[in-house]
Amino acid sequence: MRELTYSEAAVEAVAEEMRRDPKIFYMSTDAIAPLVREFGAERVRATPITEAALTGMAIGAAGCGFRPIVDWRQVTFCFVAMDQIVNQAAKIHYMFGGQVTFPILYRASVGGGGLTAAQHSQSPYSMFMNVAGLKMFLPSTPYDIKGLIKTAIRDNNPVISFESGRLMTRKGPVPEEDYTVPLGKADIKREGSDVTVVALAWLVHEALAAAEELAREGISVEVVDPRTLVPLDRETIRGSVQKTGRLVIADEAGPTAGFSAEVAAIATEDPATFARLKAPVKRVCALQVPIPYSPVLENHVFPDRQRIIEGIREVLRGGAGQASAA
Amino acid sequence: MSLSTQSPAPNLPPDKQREMLRRMLTIRRFEERASDDYLAGKIYGVVHCYIGEEAVAVGVCSALDRGDRIISTHRGHGHCIAKGADLNRMMAELYGRQTGYCKGKGGSMHIADFGIGMLGANGIVAGGIAIVTGAGLAAKMEGKGGVAVSFFGDGASNAGPFHECLNIAATWKLPMLYVCENNMYAANTAAAATHALGDVAARAAGYGIPGVVVDGNDIFAVYQAANRAVDRARSGGGPSLIECKTYRWRAHTERRGMADVRDPSEIEAWKGRDPIAQLERQLREQGYLDDAELQTMERDILGALEAAVAFAEASPFPLPQQAADDVFAA
Repeated sequence: MRELTYSEAAVEAVAEEMRRDPKIFYMSTDAIAPLVREFGAERVRATPITEAALTGMAIGAAGCGFRPIVDWRQVTFCFVAMDQIVNQAAKIHYMFGGQVTFPILYRASVGGGGLTAAQHSQSPYSMFMNVAGLKMFLPSTPYDIKGLIKTAIRDNNPVISFESGRLMTRKGPVPEEDYTVPLGKADIKREGSDVTVVALAWLVHEALAAAEELAREGISVEVVDPRTLVPLDRETIRGSVQKTGRLVIADEAGPTAGFSAEVAAIATEDPATFARLKAPVKRVCALQVPIPYSPVLENHVFPDRQRIIEGIREVLRGGAGQASAA
Repeated sequence: MSLSTQSPAPNLPPDKQREMLRRMLTIRRFEERASDDYLAGKIYGVVHCYIGEEAVAVGVCSALDRGDRIISTHRGHGHCIAKGADLNRMMAELYGRQTGYCKGKGGSMHIADFGIGMLGANGIVAGGIAIVTGAGLAAKMEGKGGVAVSFFGDGASNAGPFHECLNIAATWKLPMLYVCENNMYAANTAAAATHALGDVAARAAGYGIPGVVVDGNDIFAVYQAANRAVDRARSGGGPSLIECKTYRWRAHTERRGMADVRDPSEIEAWKGRDPIAQLERQLREQGYLDDAELQTMERDILGALEAAVAFAEASPFPLPQQAADDVFAA
């Protein structure tokens, strides 16, 4: 199968959907050149640096029958549009009694690793998960991002595509033929029997590397990639934890009130899953600090495969008398 | 601005002029009823009354077609009625009933009727400006000559989205009207204390678009300014900013014992410039209205409001479990 980068796969998804549906148009402070070439400057609009206006204009255009895409580029730039995201986009369908739909795709890159310091290295998706009325996803592969963006463009709600900055140039197989990936469906990226690692985006790859390393010791790690944050696939997560009895959650965001906390709650508040747990749940997250610039500091703040391995060993030790599943 | 400066009646059919009066009176009587019912505990939360500013909504909306779109503010009943919203569904929404415009999910601050191009009242100051600018972009992309109107207050004119959207609309020549209802107070803070310039309309110069100040209590002045702006928008000339100087008669919100910081003599002076009384007098001067016709109009409006209240009271409340409906669209 041919290979595309994560970033190419995302743009290909947008282009395919724009060919299919003339109601789709694209606004960004920095228009994507291939899209402008194919669809023209009317449908692929380079805008002033006014994310609040763009975010709100998408709502109005959507309410009038269009299917706008707003590319915030980096998530950090959407914070000036929080009123439009939280008070307007998320609530307007509900608040108006569902009388019209607001199909909007917002795109934003997240994560660190670029040594760009605190304002340009953020993973704040949990803030948005907390707001009722927004769907969102964070894919780990070119295949997934293409399929999810296509689904999101066809969805009749505001959807945020969080896209890992670390993965933009990473290549992976993407079929030529049309396909979509459903929202709300996790993907088991590697099957295993001793420990479940629920990981997002770049950390899916780190978890897979950790699993490979531990397999040499006879430890069998299952890697679950939720892909979609809202709606979150509780069934797949619980099913995996019920099978392995141990849960490690790896997230590039800090732990506080975050995605990792939500996954921990999903596992522990369900009696059937809780009953199968052999050890306390372990979270492997970034430190709860603004992301610092210097490589020494940034590396210290983010989790990686080594910390995932340590987390896995910890839950394997934590199972009262079951020091090793090997 | 004295009464003597009032605009002469434009060359409009008598029926259209009487309809303007009927809509203004409907807004006033609707809000008087809503306020009474709020204080009686039948309407919940918060109600912001538009009384005194009726000429702005009706004057602007009289220059629009049904397919044109508007967005409103937290003080939204007037814009709904001016654009032709159904009184029964409005009142049912205030009463929190299933049959309301928002199925009881929105209340006074969130009434919308997309079917008539009313894109909603909005509880956030300046919150609607970007949304309706998106409707203006939609109208341009549709290419059918539609226009979009942003109603907002003097308070919103100091917020970022006002400036961001005027710039985009001017740059992209969007078919927009930005209508500032300058009632001289942002909640309880006087505009004089928060604006560097006396006229919001002067800011249009910064975006290279027309900016006009009109007497917002003079419906014909508002109508004519709106008409010019609509013509410009429909013909591809881009947006205009219209500042309507007006005044709200009542406190920022209807709340028992709500403090009103404004000078009572100022309020009384503005009541002396009642936009409805002014239009009524002009209609009489033209021979378009007599006592009997006015009484009939009043009786019809009050009858429609009684019917709206009866409809609301007879309507069921939502079921508790319906709180979970419509978070997401299918």
